[in-house]
Amino acid sequence: MKRYEIVIVGGGSAGIAAAIAAYNNGCKDILLLEKDAELGGILLQCIHNGFGLHRFGEELAGPAYAEKWKDMLKDTSVDVRLNTTVIHLYNDKTLTYVNPTEGYVTIQAKAIVLALGCRERSRGAIGTPGYRPSGVWTAGTAQKYLNMQGYMVGRRVFILGSGDIGLIMARRMVLEGAEVLGVAEIMPYSNGLPRNMKQCLDDFDIPLYLSHTVTDIRGRDRLNGITVSRVDDSLQPIAGTEMDFNVDTLLMSVGLIPDTALLTEAGITLHPKTKGAVVDEHMMTDIPGIFSCGNGLHVHDLVDFVSMEGEEAGLAAARYVSGELKRSKRYAVSAGEGVNYVLPSYISPASMEDGLDIKLRVKNNARDVRLVLRQGDKPIKEIKKLRVAPSEMEKVKVTRKELADISGDMILSVEE
Amino acid sequence: MIDMADTLNKTFTCIVCPRGCEVTATMDGEGNIQKIEGNFCPRGAEYVRNELTHPMRQLTSTVIIHGGIYDRLPVILSSEIPKDKMMDVMRALDGIEVSAPIRRGDVIIHDVCGLGVDVVASRSM
Repeated sequence: MKRYEIVIVGGGSAGIAAAIAAYNNGCKDILLLEKDAELGGILLQCIHNGFGLHRFGEELAGPAYAEKWKDMLKDTSVDVRLNTTVIHLYNDKTLTYVNPTEGYVTIQAKAIVLALGCRERSRGAIGTPGYRPSGVWTAGTAQKYLNMQGYMVGRRVFILGSGDIGLIMARRMVLEGAEVLGVAEIMPYSNGLPRNMKQCLDDFDIPLYLSHTVTDIRGRDRLNGITVSRVDDSLQPIAGTEMDFNVDTLLMSVGLIPDTALLTEAGITLHPKTKGAVVDEHMMTDIPGIFSCGNGLHVHDLVDFVSMEGEEAGLAAARYVSGELKRSKRYAVSAGEGVNYVLPSYISPASMEDGLDIKLRVKNNARDVRLVLRQGDKPIKEIKKLRVAPSEMEKVKVTRKELADISGDMILSVEE
Repeated sequence: MIDMADTLNKTFTCIVCPRGCEVTATMDGEGNIQKIEGNFCPRGAEYVRNELTHPMRQLTSTVIIHGGIYDRLPVILSSEIPKDKMMDVMRALDGIEVSAPIRRGDVIIHDVCGLGVDVVASRSM
């Protein structure tokens, strides 16, 4: 059985960044496994621009952002295997993969970085009633067909869910000649970035139906119509509010969830909110030496932050392999009032990097609030925010000094 | 002094970056901009000035590619174009076919629709 110092699973934005960071921090024995025919992950189908403002100070199309990272990876000696799917992951850090040239291979690593990306929630995940004709797609699948293979999936389109991919596909379909009749969002607010509401919907006069959802899907072979209904405060459809739309395509942009099939088998504890792994401040799961990052850990809004998190995990894996990552007394960090989740779940003040971003998502839109980290009643750190939204990940940066006197678990809340 | 009775406020969601600032422009009776506020950076003010007079947009799409790993090559504009010219550029892209190898930044259409802007490859293929 071949042994590696670090194996990285997933060659998208998080995995590439993890590989480069591990390499630049002294580890020269790195294997990167990617299931697709080239590196880059989901960026390759995201042909719109807006990537890289934080990282490169310019706005790039997704494929350009990926190419810049792939170029940086070329300056390393990281061993890359394409068309390679990892089949099993075990808690002794062995894993098995399969590809067309080597067949079925078992390897072992000192550290494993999981950069598995996320999957789209589908019609089944939200239990949309009706017939099961063709013409019902997840927005990302339609995006891949259109942008990489040149197939239009339909001509008269409705979009369920106001996630960014749905908004971006609304614009893209209109530009390619389709008619987009509307976007329905079950929540009373949009889930997409404000800029995408403006440049993808408003610019093309596409109506957004907030507090609405799809309540019927019709068509035996091909979709020929849907019903959209208003929902009440408990998100239940209200009788008498039905609107029928004559469409041949329904795109679903109803959320993303980390891909965790491999984690479950290895027995890695999952977080009830993020649906990804529970990790400490080094992105390490509860199996020492197995790290997780990117959208496979929790779903991000910006790829720049996915790359950054990949780098953090790659650095941590390199430090783990070299024996620098010592376990020390750790404290839990949990979500308080108004906060949906915080990440990491545990922090060891003695061994953390200086300047740690605690990432969080708030539960509700709010203005003029403070994000406050407390141990008991004692405030440790607070930052003022003019505006917070569930669709935008927030960060609270803490330093080693600020956490030096911690003696118990911490709670991060939204306060007036 | 701005006479508030004669002013008009218009609020825009800035699309320059993912931050998405809400920027408000205050104009006098003749439509002259008196004040721009709510923008985190100078680009937000410029965006709103353009939005009020000549809205500009970036446009990305694809063209057919032969001999590449996929059947489509993603393309982007070298700079923004007037918003009302987006469909003209989409029509100009229709029927364009290129062959691999292509380098990122290669010009696919020079001076598209006479807008003084090039269509360039977003990636190498």
